[in-house]
Amino acid sequence: MNHLDRSDPDLLKKLLKRIRVYAGPPLTIMEVCGTHTVSIARMGLSTLLPEGVSLLSGPGCPVCVTPIEFFDEAIYLAREKNVVIATYGDAMRVPGSGATLLEVKAEGGQVHPVYSTTDALNLAIKNKDREVVFLGLGFETTAPTVAHALLTAKKQRIDNFSVLSAHKVLLPAMEALLLDPEVKVNAFLCPGHASMVLGWRCYEELASKYGVPSVVAGFEPHEILLGINMLLAQAKSGGVHVENAYPKAVSEYGNTAALDILGGVFKKVDSNWRGLGLIPGSGYDLADDFAKYDAREKFLKGVEIISAEPAGCRCADVLRGVIPPAKCPLFASRCNPKAPVGACMVSSEGACGAHYRYREA
Amino acid sequence: MRELISELFIRNFSNPYLDKLNDFAAVTIDSGRIALSTDSFVVEPWSFPGGNLGDLAVCGTVNDISMSGATPLYLTCGFILPEGMPFDDLEEIVGAMARRAKESGVQIVTGDTKVVEPGAGPFINTAGVGAIPAGVTIGGEMAKPGDAVIVTGAVGSHGIAVLSKREGLTFSTDVISDCAPLNKIVASLINNGIIPRVLRDPTRGGVAGALNEIAAQSRVEIEIDDTKIPLEEGVRSACEMLGYDPLHIANEGCMLAIVAGEDEEKALKIIRGCKYGERAASIGTVAGGQPRVTARTLLGTKRLVDPPSGELLPRIC
Repeated sequence: MNHLDRSDPDLLKKLLKRIRVYAGPPLTIMEVCGTHTVSIARMGLSTLLPEGVSLLSGPGCPVCVTPIEFFDEAIYLAREKNVVIATYGDAMRVPGSGATLLEVKAEGGQVHPVYSTTDALNLAIKNKDREVVFLGLGFETTAPTVAHALLTAKKQRIDNFSVLSAHKVLLPAMEALLLDPEVKVNAFLCPGHASMVLGWRCYEELASKYGVPSVVAGFEPHEILLGINMLLAQAKSGGVHVENAYPKAVSEYGNTAALDILGGVFKKVDSNWRGLGLIPGSGYDLADDFAKYDAREKFLKGVEIISAEPAGCRCADVLRGVIPPAKCPLFASRCNPKAPVGACMVSSEGACGAHYRYREA
Repeated sequence: MRELISELFIRNFSNPYLDKLNDFAAVTIDSGRIALSTDSFVVEPWSFPGGNLGDLAVCGTVNDISMSGATPLYLTCGFILPEGMPFDDLEEIVGAMARRAKESGVQIVTGDTKVVEPGAGPFINTAGVGAIPAGVTIGGEMAKPGDAVIVTGAVGSHGIAVLSKREGLTFSTDVISDCAPLNKIVASLINNGIIPRVLRDPTRGGVAGALNEIAAQSRVEIEIDDTKIPLEEGVRSACEMLGYDPLHIANEGCMLAIVAGEDEEKALKIIRGCKYGERAASIGTVAGGQPRVTARTLLGTKRLVDPPSGELLPRIC
């Protein structure tokens, strides 16, 4: 019979015991993957770590790292340009400067939650007389599927389909964190999903340049505990390596077909991140050949959108791991899942959302 | 068309009350106390893996009545149908209702049909009445410290089955709705001397929603164990993909039974011996303290379990 949590209890006990008896240099491990954030919060791992070892959530949640101006752009498109917005559902609840897409939908705006880029393309095919804009969010995990949709749109001449891209390149953000004097991170638990596309070798340059042990881990509780064990072993021995604790899904050089599609459809550009600011070469915009399918080119040329972060929101510090969610003065008071102030509380895998939902009793 | 519909209903639901074709049904109920309930069913799409709107319309109200410990007896039903709805589709829904009514031993004794503009519905409202056995008092306010919390089946299957059909999800096609009448499980418990303190079918809001309601009504803490919640593999993977918590997903064929601690083993054995109760599991206990729901995690820590907040929206991965 299956259960909610299925990791072998004996294996978990062994892995946890090894972590708890760790005696080595202090280590602050950052996970940069929303699914890791949720899994760690759900199993209540943070309170069980030995002294000197801590876990921080980094910029791993797609809607969280997307800056507020992106949501303002999407809201502008829905309200002023009368387009149909197709989006993954959690982006609908992220506050823009004055509203959320969910509120725009309640006003009568055309905002459709979709489960895949295929759904978004089908929406465009079914609504030939309307413009459909898909909100492209996330890292190398989701970007190839959007690239594939754009190739399909081009091939099948689905010209009423376009993408508003806020896709992000993972590695420059990890480097920006290491360069940030406020961020005290000295090991990375690297994401499983993004690494399926990127491959585990991609972290080597960062690891050796900055001396940060890095381990790619899966999402099951025992896989996360294994990844942490491997990081602690490196720290204890003074080694700095990239290791793959998720070999069943992550290869050395990743999914080259996905990377090829990504490179063919998108170009790397400087990109603004919530919390991290403008990072060179950290975003994916549509390549010039796809300008016709670029919602910014199509609808936003010359449009000035002024955005303002909500007062008091410290998502920016949470995303850099400078403060844990509970240290934000709005956490669990003015900002909660029913009335999220910041993006990190909106998504099920945002650091604040996960810490709130699975908070210690 | 109306005649065709009447003919369809009579043919499928035939019983001495309905067959009289009055605007009412005069029934006799041999009980001091009766349980009444009503629910409207608007599921989209109307057909999904494991059932359809008709299955839900009967099982939903049968289950709501059963949660009082009552034996459900009679149902009314109101159909709101879109103009031009294919007759075969309606027949499929009505056929499912007839089968579920027969299975759960209830009679559909009176009804109504309205036709609205194309594109809306179909919708069904059912209301029902049941007889509460003497000496049985069950309610959300009756959980006590020391009680055991039992779930009668795997959680989350209905919500994921409907979602996967509606959205064309390809990764959870093996999940079928758990939609089922639970009255025979309830009757088995009572007939074998177990009177649960609380029964609740965790429909919208899921197990987390239902347990939080009970904790608030009874002013107790309910502590569940993450490692004991039964669920199907397809539900787990769909929830992982979409960022949903299985405890927030709707069910239509399992219930939470809170029984006195000393009745736990016997109750589990009885439930597991019943159809739809084979996967019953004891998932937690009732404690004193402030009204809340907590879960023991697989690492032994304790976390809060909140009800879902707002509409479940799929995440970006």
